[in-house]
Amino acid sequence: MSEVALQVALDIPNGSYVNLGIGIPELVADYVPQGREVIYHTENGLLGMGPVPSADAGDPELINAGKKCITALPGACFFHHADSFSMIRGGHIDYCVLGALQVSADGDLANWSTGEPNAIPAVGGAMDLVAGAKNIVVISQHSTKNGEPKIVETCTYPLTGKKVVNRIYTNLAVIDVKDNRLWVSKLAPGVSFEYLQANTGAILQMESDC
Amino acid sequence: MIDKIVGSAKDAVSDIFDGAVVMISGFGEAGSPIELIHALIDHGARNLTIVSNNTGSGHVGLAALIANRQVRKMICSFPRTANSKVFPELYTKGEIELELVPQGTLAERIRAGGSGIPAFYTPASVNTPLGLNKEVRVFGERSYVLEHALTADFSLVKCRAADRYGNLVYNKTARNFGPIMCMGARTTIVQASEILPLGGIDPEIVITPGIFVKRVVHIPNPVHESVLVAENRRYPW
Repeated sequence: MSEVALQVALDIPNGSYVNLGIGIPELVADYVPQGREVIYHTENGLLGMGPVPSADAGDPELINAGKKCITALPGACFFHHADSFSMIRGGHIDYCVLGALQVSADGDLANWSTGEPNAIPAVGGAMDLVAGAKNIVVISQHSTKNGEPKIVETCTYPLTGKKVVNRIYTNLAVIDVKDNRLWVSKLAPGVSFEYLQANTGAILQMESDC
Repeated sequence: MIDKIVGSAKDAVSDIFDGAVVMISGFGEAGSPIELIHALIDHGARNLTIVSNNTGSGHVGLAALIANRQVRKMICSFPRTANSKVFPELYTKGEIELELVPQGTLAERIRAGGSGIPAFYTPASVNTPLGLNKEVRVFGERSYVLEHALTADFSLVKCRAADRYGNLVYNKTARNFGPIMCMGARTTIVQASEILPLGGIDPEIVITPGIFVKRVVHIPNPVHESVLVAENRRYPW
């Protein structure tokens, strides 16, 4: 997924405030182009999150949303949870990069629960993020491990938010959600539109200049 | 003279009663007042409703409080984490109640509770299972759900330093829910790694004003939950 993370990083403008979800989204931080300054927000109270420290230098009181040790860069600041979510809900975060279980053709996102009866439900900050950040970007494998499409007409898993996703980056394509439709703006090298459509559970449109 | 410093964690939690609502600070182990939680286990109050972002890990701290069957209900955003075993087991058996709340809604409900605001509207959880059966109102062209404030009988909070008035400063991302939980309870009990004289905390950098704090306990070298979990320790020792 590193090429996909690179693609996301290239598309985030200089000066953006960015919240990265847990897992694959964390890779994006590794690919910020030289000369571009992006400030990372972590929901547990830090703006200016830096890279993971060496194994023996971690501070258990300096962690990210995934509860992993991180660092604070010069210019960083700490704040409490209500302020952190005011940044999120109040529309101050420019980009939020999240993983997905499913995304629908009109931008519904399911990423917190498979709805299985014996699962322990856990939501964290995902619903606040999709309700509040200015741009919701999904980074994900195009299909599940079993080869089922993750981009579908209608999500079957419980929703995180309705009509919230702006753009989807996968190993096969970059797809924009506009006017309740999916517009392919970029195909990965060697991927045809026909192959992409065959591996997608919703109807795709081709941007004319793609 | 105002002196909120109390001699021991045991004394600080001695009036927590059966059935109380208790907020516990922390995001994972960062900011979790583990010595105060252990004192609450020794004290033995039962049938508690706990408001905390997670449910603890291993068999120490919040997880040990749950394992000791003192908790009737958890109000949290993320009840499972790496090494969390106690809560999932009891929940699966139907022996503990869960109110799952989006994290920002949880924070704002606590802040509102401490600020005299009974309820508010938020866009988080609209059109999702967590927004079901909640009043929805449209402002502009957007829908919002009504959420009610949370208040507590007690809050247990960890900070880096305090003075005898209860003014507090925190450590890095261990601040998290601490400041709002101090506001959200009738009786806020704080453990501080360091006690400073009045004026020892620059008034410009006080994070929690002392008015929100009732009691302060000096815990000079708090244990780290992750260290105890790695050593497979269990509380009571």
